[in-house]
Amino acid sequence: MVAEAGHFALFLALFVACAQTVLPMVGAARNNAQWMDFARPAAVIQFVLVAFAFGALMHGFIVSDFSLSVVFQNSHTDKPLMYKISGTWGNHEGSMLLWVLILSIFGCAVAVFGANLPPALRARVLAIQSFIAVGFYLFLLLTSNPFSRQIPVPFNGQGLNPLLQDPGLAIHPPMLYLGYVGFSMAFSFAIAALIEGRVDAAWGRWVRPWTLAAWGFLTGGITLGSWWAYYELGWGGWWFWDPVENASFMPWLAGTALLHSAIMVEKRDTMKGWTVFLAIVTFSLSLLGTFLVRSGVLTSVHAFATDPSRGVFILLLLIIVIGGSFALFAWRGPTIRNTGVFQPISREGGLLLNNLVMTTAAAAVLLGTLYPLFLDALDGDKVSVGAPFFEAVFIPIVMPMILAMAVGPLLGWKRADLRFALSRLRLAFVLSGLIGLATWSLVTDGPFMGVIGLTLAAWLGLGTLVELAGRIRLFRVPFSESLSRLSRSPRSSWGMTLGHLGLAIAIAGMTGAGSWKVESIQTMSPGETVNVGGYDYTFMGAEDGQGPNYSYTRGTFTVTRNGQPVVTMHPENRRYPVRSMPTTEAAIHSLFLGDLYAVVGDADGSDGSYVTRLYWNPLVAWMWVGAIVMVTGAAVSLSDRRFRVGVPQRRKAELSPVAKT
Amino acid sequence: MTAKRILFLTPGIIFGIIAIYFAVGLTKDPSQLPSVLINTPVEQFQLAAIKGRANADRAWGLENTDFHGDVALLNVFGSWCISCKVEHPFLMELKRTSDVPVHGIDWREEDPDAGPAWLKREGDPYTLVGDDPDSKGAIAFGVTGAPETFVVDRNGIIRYKHVGPLNRDIWVNAIYPLVQSLRAQ
Repeated sequence: MVAEAGHFALFLALFVACAQTVLPMVGAARNNAQWMDFARPAAVIQFVLVAFAFGALMHGFIVSDFSLSVVFQNSHTDKPLMYKISGTWGNHEGSMLLWVLILSIFGCAVAVFGANLPPALRARVLAIQSFIAVGFYLFLLLTSNPFSRQIPVPFNGQGLNPLLQDPGLAIHPPMLYLGYVGFSMAFSFAIAALIEGRVDAAWGRWVRPWTLAAWGFLTGGITLGSWWAYYELGWGGWWFWDPVENASFMPWLAGTALLHSAIMVEKRDTMKGWTVFLAIVTFSLSLLGTFLVRSGVLTSVHAFATDPSRGVFILLLLIIVIGGSFALFAWRGPTIRNTGVFQPISREGGLLLNNLVMTTAAAAVLLGTLYPLFLDALDGDKVSVGAPFFEAVFIPIVMPMILAMAVGPLLGWKRADLRFALSRLRLAFVLSGLIGLATWSLVTDGPFMGVIGLTLAAWLGLGTLVELAGRIRLFRVPFSESLSRLSRSPRSSWGMTLGHLGLAIAIAGMTGAGSWKVESIQTMSPGETVNVGGYDYTFMGAEDGQGPNYSYTRGTFTVTRNGQPVVTMHPENRRYPVRSMPTTEAAIHSLFLGDLYAVVGDADGSDGSYVTRLYWNPLVAWMWVGAIVMVTGAAVSLSDRRFRVGVPQRRKAELSPVAKT
Repeated sequence: MTAKRILFLTPGIIFGIIAIYFAVGLTKDPSQLPSVLINTPVEQFQLAAIKGRANADRAWGLENTDFHGDVALLNVFGSWCISCKVEHPFLMELKRTSDVPVHGIDWREEDPDAGPAWLKREGDPYTLVGDDPDSKGAIAFGVTGAPETFVVDRNGIIRYKHVGPLNRDIWVNAIYPLVQSLRAQ
């Protein structure tokens, strides 16, 4: 019965969403306040209905209601409660339900927190949000009903894919979707602005926090996915340029560009058409990401739902949403006027460079991801575009941006003195050069790109610190005054500092992990020692055991360096009887300069020998730390009170009819 | 139409083109076997053994007649191929956990030492390996890229082709059931 109620709630949500799409939009066009105001309660009701439906599905998973085919296919009574809950979104139907749930949360947030938005803008934004929701409700109800029953009721379920029974992957999809769907806010604002023919600073001020929040979630989600691949797949890799990974990376790149161009709209009243374009592109890429994973149009290593009939539906949805918004953009976009002017060497110029690089990089990733599809459509050849293409194209595109990233924040608005900015970076230049040379002398046999990568990371990190030191006038005024300047500096500039610093740390990590990894695969008998990356791994044997819903083989390694004990490691090899699929649980010990990483495979003969894989993964932890710093930057910036307090003040100032173009 | 209008129209046009490709892409079944050589016998080929792997009683490292007698997998790899490195641990696991022979074609090595060195470093999951610097074996199987994995039945007829890295999902859901049914025939 609960499931039927959930199904019914989804239908009701569809009807509410239809009304919420039409009434406020017509109301805004006719200046009918009542019709416009319908959007707010409707958004809240939609949220309540979808949350109920989601809760109903989760209930089915928790009580193991195997009459629901989704539950039957993805759950099992033996599964720990946590993975029963995460099983709700660990499948196609449930993850789509999560998608609309998050969409309705964002809609609800506009309704609740948007009290100071101009009523017409708010009505239009909510109507567009709801329009997207209509598409996804129909998708769920027509092609992917999470509440479909089956008779007879099976005795037990088929279990969740063991690879997905992992804490990291349990929260990865919700994070990722908060990012994907979060960009729908910027999109709805962009479409509303195109309909109104008006983009102003208040618009930028509204779009930026939503984009920032979505960006923070997406950064977290991508990192979690990457972290999961690193410790769960057991070969020490963390990024494979797989279509599914690219699908989340493209909106990240475009969203990063959007984040920076929205600053220009807010502060300088320029680049408005471009920002609207980026908002559309970012959300389009998010939708495309959903499409690529769900439709089977590109097959990928870890796609868990491929069904062309769903693909046709999503393609229609994409054509209506993306095609429609680009058509609107072509029609209304040229009327958007910019008032701010600037010289190429200026803060605006730096932000523009960021935008160009980010969009070029996103386009390159898009091309590489879709290229096999193009070729297949043309002559039926299936090829895969692998990491070499992406690395060869992506790295050179991004490198000049990292160089410029240290300089940009030191430039003033409108027109700046490049020589002055560079002179402030003299120390950073010398120090990062020294770091590069030191790296080169330490690792002579590694790829030269590694040296360049670390130098660039140091340059960016130090440059960011120079900007911070300049802002608080470190060493120029008494230290106590510097400290008070530090505590008074606006949180959004903290966000910038942390964001850039985090990227510098992450780049160092990616460079290290990509350049100087050491791996060794061998059969080891108990007592045998192998040296990997300067550490001696002694295999102490392995024993079998029983987990909650799996059996395992656990190996023991004692690791020493120059005879000094470092750590004892316990990698596991798990077998889940329900799916008869083994998984590897790598043992990882993170050190400042790198990770010790051990994997135990299967027994080799009966003398206690096992196949083992041992890795030295340099600087890997830096990637995770860098990502955490970036997400923290987003969170700090979001807490800036200017986002909350500034809007109504600005609006009063700009309510004059001049802004209408 | 002004230049500005055309500029604002461009994104829509580009999306339109992509959408057409998507539409065509959807008409193709992703699991469909893209090779024309499916259900045809492996053409005749003989490949020398890679360095350090020659057997005294065999003239060749791998030849088409090796596929007669038992159902076998053929895996096309190369030391230059990044995705091969991705699938390699899984091949090593297959060697330990399954009784299906996996033969290898070391494809397009520029340096004859590169393939053997790679197998020494990564582990050697293969029953037989042929060195194929000029694609003679690859042509016999209709290889379009590496890695690719074929299932050949006991009469030497190609039954299945998988493009891209092999993984547990494909093994459990597609290849192993096929091998079992071919063996039962």
